[in-house]
Amino acid sequence: MRVSLFITCLSDLLYSEVGESVVRILSDYGCDVDFPEAQTCCGQPAFNSGYQDEAREVARNLIRAFEHSDYVVSPSGSCTGMVHHYYPYLFENEPEWKAKAEALVGKMYEFSQFLVQVLGVTDLGASFPHKVTYHPSCHAMRLLGVKEEPMKLLSCVDSIDFVELPKKEDCCGFGGTFSVKMADMSEAMVCEKAVNVCSTGAEVLVGTDMGCLMNIGGRLNKEGQPVRVMHLAQLLEEGRTSR
Amino acid sequence: MSVQAGHGQDTNMDERIGSGLKQRTKQALQDEFLRKAVAFTTDKLKNGRLQAMDAFGDWEAWRDRGRAIREHTNSHLDYYLSQFADNVAGNGGHVYFCSGADDAVKTFMGIADRHKAKLVAKGKSMVSEEIHLNHHLEDRGIEAIETDLGEYILQLARETPSHLIIPAIHKNKQQIADLFTDASGQHFEPETKVLAEYARKKLRNYFLEADIGLTGCNFGVAESGSITLVSNEGNGRMVSTLPKVHVVVMGMERLVPTFEDLEVVLNLLARSATGQKLTTYTSILTGARHPEDLDGPEELHVIILDNGRSAQLGDPIFQEVLNCIRCAACLNVCPVYRHVGGHTYGSVYSGPIGAVLTPLLQQDMKEAGTLSYASSLCGACYEACPVKIPLHDMLVHLRHRKVKMKLTSLPERAAFKTFQTVFGSVTLYKLATKSGYYLQKPLVRGGMIKAGPAPLSGWTQSRFMPMMPKQSFRDKWAALQAELAAKKAAREEQR
Ligand code: SF4
Repeated sequence: MRVSLFITCLSDLLYSEVGESVVRILSDYGCDVDFPEAQTCCGQPAFNSGYQDEAREVARNLIRAFEHSDYVVSPSGSCTGMVHHYYPYLFENEPEWKAKAEALVGKMYEFSQFLVQVLGVTDLGASFPHKVTYHPSCHAMRLLGVKEEPMKLLSCVDSIDFVELPKKEDCCGFGGTFSVKMADMSEAMVCEKAVNVCSTGAEVLVGTDMGCLMNIGGRLNKEGQPVRVMHLAQLLEEGRTSR
Repeated sequence: MSVQAGHGQDTNMDERIGSGLKQRTKQALQDEFLRKAVAFTTDKLKNGRLQAMDAFGDWEAWRDRGRAIREHTNSHLDYYLSQFADNVAGNGGHVYFCSGADDAVKTFMGIADRHKAKLVAKGKSMVSEEIHLNHHLEDRGIEAIETDLGEYILQLARETPSHLIIPAIHKNKQQIADLFTDASGQHFEPETKVLAEYARKKLRNYFLEADIGLTGCNFGVAESGSITLVSNEGNGRMVSTLPKVHVVVMGMERLVPTFEDLEVVLNLLARSATGQKLTTYTSILTGARHPEDLDGPEELHVIILDNGRSAQLGDPIFQEVLNCIRCAACLNVCPVYRHVGGHTYGSVYSGPIGAVLTPLLQQDMKEAGTLSYASSLCGACYEACPVKIPLHDMLVHLRHRKVKMKLTSLPERAAFKTFQTVFGSVTLYKLATKSGYYLQKPLVRGGMIKAGPAPLSGWTQSRFMPMMPKQSFRDKWAALQAELAAKKAAREEQR
């Protein structure tokens, strides 16, 4: 099975380890992973700030980059959600590009979604003897409908001590440009999230979106809290290799 | 105790809806009482809603039904409005269509003048807040008494509602007891029962003395011309039956075609709002007092307000906002509302629905349109909305309107043009991100960026930022590929 990785700009630039974990896992499950070099960003920062024309051109670049892919997998529910939820709308007035956008939607998956729904795997044979809590990302849950998948994967991990995060569905306050533009609102939200994470006593916070994790992790760092923040792919990969 | 009609402008309504937003946010965030009170009550309502949804079963199907009913009504609003108006008139009521707030106020004053009204008893009505009726009544020397307990508390405090259904959500018991103590000269302990009992007794007299009873309308039923009022205190029933004249003020979109439809939306409303199966009181009023009736007002006047609503009809993106049934579920789940409360929005309508509705009704993108930024776009509002209004999408589209109207700052516009250029081509992207690595260096301390100039300071005020490592994923790709190829070769050899 040929699978193209959409790394997302954030993971490309700041969290390359996440991409490496995704690629290693997919490749262990028989996927032939490639990395279309032309990809950059899904355009969400511009789109969510109201700059639809600007977002459209960045989207065009992404559509082109994956035009010949069979499957596209990304470690972000938010960027995948952007493509699924808004790309067809962005090209409403360009039938040819709208069709291309829809084609991309049809083959694009978030990482946990791809593992569970397409590859049909939930038990990766990982063991992770740590106290872990999980923050579900808003866009994965609500734009993409990915709710059960990450939990299915986590529940199969051996020796994990899983604790539920109080008020887990509450947004962490990232929201892309929101975190800077409405810094005070965002601060109130991320502070509450950090308090909830710490209240679990977990050593590890796991999630499926580096945007949210950069936000919560950045807060935990600033507070000097000793919580390790990981993408689900990293946790699974570490749990597989440490066995 | 004498009560003045509350202006509220000293505390809440802000001309600078947009430009004052950040200031109001800061203020609210410093108000520990407010934050505790709002979080406490929204949590309670949120949990109540979830339980009620589960108990009801098939929630998604009910939501679809509700949405379909509202969608159908608003897509044929001219038809249902005229049917509704004909039926109200057929039952002896008077109907007035008012295009704007001034018009509606004038119409109300006309009715008040004809009856030489001195005292108006009010049931809860967001539309009367929207047209700032209390303010105009005070100017005219007409006393208006809010008979909803929450609204009454706010009237004492001279504030406006900060929530659609729990107007005084931002006040805790102690603050309420203090208000009652100040107003009555009698000492009150912060005990809900005592406070409610006192207010109930006090308000009873007003129902009997009032010249006019004023209410809103939760749903007008087109097929019969009936006004449906829901409440948990029963004051709506008193206000609409005891005074001689009953005046209803309602938005033009607040209709359902039939009683069968009413059943659906009432179920959705009560469950979404408070988690109740049905509100304690549901009054369905059809016309003024009929000869065979034991009670009821002698006259019924129905003021139907447009005030920016019809401008949304036919709009492919925003018409749906008219489907709102004002349940406040979106406020209760909103993480922004939870921290800053309703007054931060500077508008009668707050929370996600307020952030969308206010700029649309006021047709003002410059100030009111700024409310669209008061959201992280998490989509909790959409998920909770019983009629599935995609508020998170609408917020983004409002921001787009701002951009199209050139109402965003020059530096911001330039930044996104640059974003388009740089992220639209991988060559430029690579170039820019490599220079980014060197540019960040003066800011990095111990592998982190802990402080930076604006706009980065917005981030660093509450969080650290990881520094950009020298190698990006794409820089590592060749090595990763080689690793995988070697692994594959080893596997094949084993076979
Ligand atoms: S937008 Fe939806 S959730 Fe919000 S008040 Fe209206 S009906 Fe309720």
